[in-house]
Amino acid sequence: MSERVNVKKKQSAPVAEAKAQAALPALGPKGMLRWAWTQLTSMRTALFLLLLLAVAAVPGSLFPQRPANPAVVTQYIKDHPDYGKLLDSLQLYDVYSSAWFSAIYLLLFISLIGCVVPRAIAHYKAMRSQPPRTPQRLSRLPEYGTLVIPSGTGIPASDAINGAAGVLRKRGYRVEVRDADGAVPSLGAERGFMKEVGNLVFHTSLIGVLVSVAAGGLFGYSGQRILVEGDTFVNTLVGYDQFNPGTNFQSSQLQPYSLQLDKFNITFDRESKGKFGQPIDFAATVTTKENPDAAPKQEILKVNDPVSLGGTSIYLTGNGYAPVVTVRDGQGNVAMQGPVVAKLQGENYYSSVVIKVPDAQPDQLGFVGFFLPTAFVNDKNVSFSADPELFNPQLTLNSYYGDLGLNSGAPQNVFELDVKNLTPLNARNLAAGGITLVPGSTFTLPDGKGTISFDGVKRYIGVDIHHNPGQAYALVFALLAVAGLILSLYVNRRRVWVRTGTAADGRTMVEYGLLARGEDHRLAGEAAALRKLFAAEWQLPGDAAPEDVAAEDAAQSQQTPSRPSDNVAGSVTTPAGPTGPEKDQ
Amino acid sequence: MPFGINETMGQYSELFMLLAAGTYTVAFIAFAWDLAKSSKALRAVDLRAAHAGAAAKVPVGAGVGAGSAGARLDGPADRAERPSSSAARAGGAGTGGVMTADGDMKYATERRVPARVAVALTTLAVVIHGAGVVTRALGAGRVPWGNMYEFLTTGAFLVAAVFLLSLIRRDLRFLGTFVVGLVVIMLVAASVAFWTPVGHLVPALQSYWLVIHVSIAVLSSALFTLTFAMSALQLVQSHRQRTVAAGGADKLGFMRLVPSALSLENLSYRINAIAFIGWTFTLMFGAIWAEKAWGRFWGWDTKEVWTFVIWVVYAGYLHARATRGWTGTRAAWLSIVGYLCVIFNFTIVNQFFNGLHSYSGL
Ligand code: HEM
Repeated sequence: MSERVNVKKKQSAPVAEAKAQAALPALGPKGMLRWAWTQLTSMRTALFLLLLLAVAAVPGSLFPQRPANPAVVTQYIKDHPDYGKLLDSLQLYDVYSSAWFSAIYLLLFISLIGCVVPRAIAHYKAMRSQPPRTPQRLSRLPEYGTLVIPSGTGIPASDAINGAAGVLRKRGYRVEVRDADGAVPSLGAERGFMKEVGNLVFHTSLIGVLVSVAAGGLFGYSGQRILVEGDTFVNTLVGYDQFNPGTNFQSSQLQPYSLQLDKFNITFDRESKGKFGQPIDFAATVTTKENPDAAPKQEILKVNDPVSLGGTSIYLTGNGYAPVVTVRDGQGNVAMQGPVVAKLQGENYYSSVVIKVPDAQPDQLGFVGFFLPTAFVNDKNVSFSADPELFNPQLTLNSYYGDLGLNSGAPQNVFELDVKNLTPLNARNLAAGGITLVPGSTFTLPDGKGTISFDGVKRYIGVDIHHNPGQAYALVFALLAVAGLILSLYVNRRRVWVRTGTAADGRTMVEYGLLARGEDHRLAGEAAALRKLFAAEWQLPGDAAPEDVAAEDAAQSQQTPSRPSDNVAGSVTTPAGPTGPEKDQ
Repeated sequence: MPFGINETMGQYSELFMLLAAGTYTVAFIAFAWDLAKSSKALRAVDLRAAHAGAAAKVPVGAGVGAGSAGARLDGPADRAERPSSSAARAGGAGTGGVMTADGDMKYATERRVPARVAVALTTLAVVIHGAGVVTRALGAGRVPWGNMYEFLTTGAFLVAAVFLLSLIRRDLRFLGTFVVGLVVIMLVAASVAFWTPVGHLVPALQSYWLVIHVSIAVLSSALFTLTFAMSALQLVQSHRQRTVAAGGADKLGFMRLVPSALSLENLSYRINAIAFIGWTFTLMFGAIWAEKAWGRFWGWDTKEVWTFVIWVVYAGYLHARATRGWTGTRAAWLSIVGYLCVIFNFTIVNQFFNGLHSYSGL
């Protein structure tokens, strides 16, 4: 911690290092532990762990990740039989929850705590203690200067020191005047405690962010649902198509609000050449109710503009077409009627359709095919969709009959039809041909199996529903962290000492020195500003010594241990006490 | 709903970009000419001094400063002097002090005509470039950073503009060749590899967070570009200082125009600190936007991963500056690695990694 460089630290650092080394041979488990702790909480280790964390995060962007896309990972392992499995055993598909990644950041945060706590205690003490003793030789400080108050002005050394104290207090320094009535009064002043406070707040807030993120994972939940125009979602477990609870989730957390999709509008780009036909606006008009008895409220749900309801946020994440069909079975009864969600497959809403009709009699019916909003057939006789809007909607289907296997209890994907055990009825390569439907048309299935009509087209949306109780806290901690960071980088911690005395001829001599703790490129500016303020305080006429002269003095005095040649202030320098800033930490 | 598209404006914009790139190229040549000419002049001054036999101790080089500064290279010992600005001010008092930036990078007295020409040309180029950015925005009816072409052209504009602005207070003209050269490369890359006609934003980008998040990201990247240049120069300069201090020949005469490695390190630290705060905001605002758009504020999407990596590397850099044995050259390397990550994040990640952030527009 004390590695922040400074004049005095330069001298104390080797000592600290020697101490750390000395701890090494202190045998026994206790000594070893202490030694390990010292190592872990050292700045060097923090730096090493930080860089390690950066490196460790990279593989997660090189390999597909399970949490984001489990199917891609499975495919990847299949496609790379040589090393796919090996990568899996190294947790490279779960980088951010892997043992090694967790180990790095946990170590880093342990190190952080081990670093912040003692530092906070030390700083608390520092904030309550007096500024350090006045050093013996102010001229050794990086910024140093002298002023002379002429003898006729009636400002003796003690008044001068009090004046200087006033100036410094006004400038935000905490000041202690020493020996005010003695022959050589002096003062110590310090400011910029917020720098360290900022640093501590910053580092502590990082822990806060981590904890908030972890808590969000524990207590939150998320889910998905597809809604066709007219559908209503009710926030209960059965309302979700897919639901991912956090570890500590309770179903009582779900507030039974409802959300109905009234209408979904898309605007397509009809202006630019390169992006012609790309969607440029999605807007879902929804009616929401906070709870079953609440008054309905109409809202617009858009990408980038979620709807907040019952402690959750609802996001628009997908959309497509849902052709409305009616299937009558062999007995002439309506076996199925309603919109069928078509899954996007290609450009311009080229989508796949699966229709399962388990209620059809005497045989269950199944349909598989495609929906095209603007159907076109190219010269190779391949159908494609030429536009995302419904200029020429078409359903092309194959049909099957037999046991759909829905009664076996095994969960089935609604977007897939397993045709293994089914008998084909319609297909291009069969005598009966495939089914092609446009809105309003009806197709009669062969063998009296029934009919299918294409009644019209609706739109559907996919929504994600999220509840993350941690995120508000994460945001608060992140903001705190930034505030702390700015304080820590832009507050300057400085110390000033002033000493006054009376020369033989009655003039009052003043010398002052400044020291920065930490990076401070404005120290010279501060020295100049103080000099001006002092001169004004004592009404020194047009204080001639420009900043540079004082600085040059200091620069020289740094090289030569002798007193400044212009020894006015030197004459009043008497031993100031046993502790100079060298001892100070 | 977005405003309409104006293709004519888009064409004007491309013309401006082309003109700006041409002007930058000339400015680049002028900066290079300045380096060559000034280092020649400096050598002549040295030679004269040597002939006169005056004070046999000719300092290492102008920017490097007086002899004492030469010894004050990297490493912990020099850190003692860091807080003292007077030491840095004492630098630059060498033979070329009249010509070149001193440790504080304040303007020196000597006029460098080629450098003035170069700055004037750069200013002209920035004005044309700015017109290109504005017409692009007008053409598309929105902020001009919706795809890679626009990130690059707007980013390059910011790099050049920030550089010019910093020239008002500091003499950073020694960076000119580097910075203007980078700007030319960015503009050429934008036009050749990433060209995209004016168009609407995809819905995922239609958010005021695009304005906030991306502008701060581009601005921070522009600052990182400056510090990258400084850190690279710092490495060269510190190598040169070491060589010369060890009695070796000074082969890199033009580096006399460049301030000492320590001054470079200090200034780039200050700029990196600002850029790091900017990057922290980029990260945070990105997370807030992700929450708005996708329902989760962090999901380790490739772009998020790299933004995080960059942040951690620069946090490492700040730590390095406070860690004994890691200041100076090592910190400079971290700053360079950080910038390489920025470039990687922009180019490779945008184009070849697919994630949720696939907005390259290609
Ligand atoms: C675990 C051990 C850690 C230690 C011992 C540590 C220590 C320190 C210290 C002493 C400083 C002050 C440097 C200065 O005043 O310039 C500092 C600054 C900083 N630390 Fe850490 N830190 C640790 C972890 C982290 C972590 C995990 C991060 C973030 C990923 C971080 C980010 C920063 C940043 C950005 C600064 C710059 C702010 C400043 O300069 O004051 N630190 N750290």
